[in-house]
Amino acid sequence: MSTDTHAAHAADHHHDAHAHGSLSTYLLGFVLSVVLTAIPFWLVMGGAIPNKNITALVIMAFAVVQIVVHMIYFLHMNTKAEDGWSMMAMIFTIVMVVIALSGSLWVMNHLNSNMMPVHQMSGMK
Amino acid sequence: MSTNPDLIKLVFGRLSLESLPLHEPIVVGTFGVVALGGLTLLAGLTYFRLWGYLWREWFTTVDHKRIGIMYMILGIVMLLRGFADALMMRLQQAIAFGGSDGYLNAHHYDQVFTAHGVIMIFFVAMPFVTGLMNYVVPLQIGARDVSFPFLNNFSFWMTVGGAVLVMMSLFIGEFARTGWLAYPPLSNIGYSPDVGVDYYIWALQVAGVGTTLSGINLICTIVKLRAPGMGMMKMPVFTWTSLCTNVLIVASFPVLTVVLALLSLDRYVGTNFFTSDFGGSPMMYVNLIWIWGHPEVYILVLPAFGIFSEVTSTFSGKRLFGYTSMVYATVVITILSYLVWLHHFFTMGSGASVNSFFGITTMIISIPTGAKMFNWLFTMYRGRIRFELPMMWTIAFMLTFVIGGMTGVLLAVPPADFVLHNSLFLIAHFHNVIIGGVVFGVFAGIGYWFPKAFGFKLDPFWGKLSFWFWVTGFYLAFMPLYVLGLMGVTRRLRVFDDPSLQIWFVIAAIGAGLVFLGILCMLMQFAVSILRREALKDVTGDPWDARTLEWATSSPPPDYNFAFTPVVHDNDAWWDMKRRGYKRPLAGFKPIHMPSNTGTGIILAGLSTAMAFGLIWYIWWLAAVSFIALLVVAIGHTFNYHRDFDIPADEVVRTEEARTQLLAGAK
Amino acid sequence: MTIAVKPDQSGEPLFYLADEHPHPEGYSTSLGFWIYLMSDCLIFAILFAAFGVLGGNYAAGPAPKDLFDLSLVAVNTSMLLLSSITYGFAMLTMQQNRVGATQAWLAITGLFGLAFIGIELSEFAHMIHEGATPQRSAFLSSFFTLVGTHGLHVSCGLIWLVTLMTQVWRFGLIEANRRRLMCLSMFWHFLDVVWIGVFTFVYLLGVLR
Repeated sequence: MSTDTHAAHAADHHHDAHAHGSLSTYLLGFVLSVVLTAIPFWLVMGGAIPNKNITALVIMAFAVVQIVVHMIYFLHMNTKAEDGWSMMAMIFTIVMVVIALSGSLWVMNHLNSNMMPVHQMSGMK
Repeated sequence: MSTNPDLIKLVFGRLSLESLPLHEPIVVGTFGVVALGGLTLLAGLTYFRLWGYLWREWFTTVDHKRIGIMYMILGIVMLLRGFADALMMRLQQAIAFGGSDGYLNAHHYDQVFTAHGVIMIFFVAMPFVTGLMNYVVPLQIGARDVSFPFLNNFSFWMTVGGAVLVMMSLFIGEFARTGWLAYPPLSNIGYSPDVGVDYYIWALQVAGVGTTLSGINLICTIVKLRAPGMGMMKMPVFTWTSLCTNVLIVASFPVLTVVLALLSLDRYVGTNFFTSDFGGSPMMYVNLIWIWGHPEVYILVLPAFGIFSEVTSTFSGKRLFGYTSMVYATVVITILSYLVWLHHFFTMGSGASVNSFFGITTMIISIPTGAKMFNWLFTMYRGRIRFELPMMWTIAFMLTFVIGGMTGVLLAVPPADFVLHNSLFLIAHFHNVIIGGVVFGVFAGIGYWFPKAFGFKLDPFWGKLSFWFWVTGFYLAFMPLYVLGLMGVTRRLRVFDDPSLQIWFVIAAIGAGLVFLGILCMLMQFAVSILRREALKDVTGDPWDARTLEWATSSPPPDYNFAFTPVVHDNDAWWDMKRRGYKRPLAGFKPIHMPSNTGTGIILAGLSTAMAFGLIWYIWWLAAVSFIALLVVAIGHTFNYHRDFDIPADEVVRTEEARTQLLAGAK
Repeated sequence: MTIAVKPDQSGEPLFYLADEHPHPEGYSTSLGFWIYLMSDCLIFAILFAAFGVLGGNYAAGPAPKDLFDLSLVAVNTSMLLLSSITYGFAMLTMQQNRVGATQAWLAITGLFGLAFIGIELSEFAHMIHEGATPQRSAFLSSFFTLVGTHGLHVSCGLIWLVTLMTQVWRFGLIEANRRRLMCLSMFWHFLDVVWIGVFTFVYLLGVLR
């Protein structure tokens, strides 16, 4: 984080720090999203990959990629917006989300495997 | 009017005359006193024609300083209520031996300990901490106000709305009997069919909205409105800890919101999140609420650490030792506070791997905290320490908090926790860190910044009396609980069989009595200080020879805080200015752009509270009407595009002129 | 720590700005709104966590396979995706100061959003009609709450959209309205991001298991 950006900003009358997209970036983002949505639906509905675990991993990977696409092309995330604070807030949030999600799953899964009879465990995981 | 039961149910929901606790003489007595006091206050306000003044200058204000002061007043009022609950519990536990039932029945006692916890955390500690941050942070960073002044007003009134709901539950219906976190299945509709848990849920939801928004507001303020030259590593430590606290607020209060929303769905709609049937899991509630609950502890204590840092360096006359390590310790605590939540329920049964992970992270978090402790000690080392009241609180904190911290590390060892879980040892531990850390910190902060806010110092005699009552009272009240906890006494018990325990409870009750005297002395201190305000007056704006920017302006500061935005060259900006011959500007004043007052915040909060009341009592028409009104007022507010005004230059000149004369008189 | 002292020409350190510009209106808004979205993101994270933990507890009731119609979800997903791109067009035309075109794109966005809500509600109605109510099992409780919260957000977005269209109609594309449209844009695209999580984790993975 630079320190004296403040005064500099005031000087050049601070035009909005958020980047705007152009028609081409919006369309590119849209096309990518359509593709990235269509493939996972096709994988599941058509059963293209016989192994369910691999299918699950692949569609999760597609989701992550599509989220990144949305972030870049629709939400115009970059490292410069708001002097990097937007990016920082997002990274921090992602860390928190990962901790809360994976932590809850881990904790509750262990609890269930310790506390519950085996036959109720189908479907957990 | 006919007495058609359906019609009555439609109009009043489940509210009826039986809902008033007329059969509880203690509650009726309290109601009498509160009603009498309230009526006197209202009559006084009317007689002295203060309503207009209060509305225009305080209720609708968007000035961060006034909102900060109102938060502090809310905190003090609720402290009295929360402490009354504490006294009642101590008295009950001291006398309920040898077949005696004490004087509180189970129904009442369970509400008392629940209300005590909820009030002390949400409506005492949170308003105190938020109030201090609101008041001090914009001044410390050289800003004119927070980023979103209207939102600030709205947040405050939402907090008040929550407090009002809790207070209402004392006289209309009942409060939760579940303990302060309302674990299901006890808090589910089957076991708590009455309004108590609903009061709990909606009070916290209403206040939680305010807290989250004020968190966003203060983050933006610190990030965007710092004076030129104040890089991140030149921010005062209190501002740093405030930033981290507000980051924690924004990242954790949504969790509380969701958990309570899911619990209300279980109660209102009959879903199965936390039930024991149909695949629900009560332990999921415990897991989720502590994801909020542990960061909450650090939300409270981090600003206190900031206060101690400011106080220590000011009253030692030295730059804070290890500024950089202090900042990194704060940031590390912020992150780590998210990785320890399971230590609140080691006994749940997640197994050895989970427990050891969370036990180790918990122990790790004591390292940055310890680093802070050494930084304060080294700041004091070879300093010219002035034992003013804030410094005394700081030293009491350092001694007390170390004890609390060490018992915390004991509890972080899962096998030890299996023995001590839910015992009075735990109660002693967290009171040790919350009173020793947060409460002492807030008192240090009040003593330290009071002259800034009001232009006169607090009376030291009554302050010191209060200090000694508080500190001795605290140790007498809580050290016995460590003993009892080690002997296996669990928390929240109403009656006891073993007479050998009684002496410890009597000592604890005496301690609580001393704390009560401490609170009385503190109120006395405020009264005496107001009466002696001429003698205690501070005209310099810098009564402690302090170091940070808030002391560069007058006491109390003008509406606009600084006539010219300061430029910062050093961590201790004001110290630097004093040392290098800063001359206060006397001419060239310009109009200053400021936000205008608005009544929308208090109206929205009032409607939210009414909606919550409707939902608690199943008065659906009230809930629906308030909700629609809420939408209309909120949307209507967005049609107002003119929310600012300019303080004319000649008014600025007049204000600054007055200060020049004051300063000249002081010399 | 050494602190660089930056004296001005005369050698005197500068301690205040004699000639300052107040921060422009809405200086903090986009960051503030972004932080709000991050807090909203945590709300969804916890709902996902609840679904992750409880989503397999069918309590001998219907499972995702019996309930979800993936082709309907695909249609719904495309509604939301189309509304995202049309909102993008609204922002582009706003930058070109074309009030009429902006309003038109906003209206189209609203219609797609409305279609999304309509399809979701009909899906819910169908499930409830078949006895798959939120009360039936923890899986259904967490399903309805997660998807319903997203739908509630979209509905709030629609109310906000109508409010903003009214304001643009009455006051034009003034600076304040542009800022508000930008905030709603972030909100809208954020909801689309959340939906990616919903269709992947709830629908696709649900049918898969």
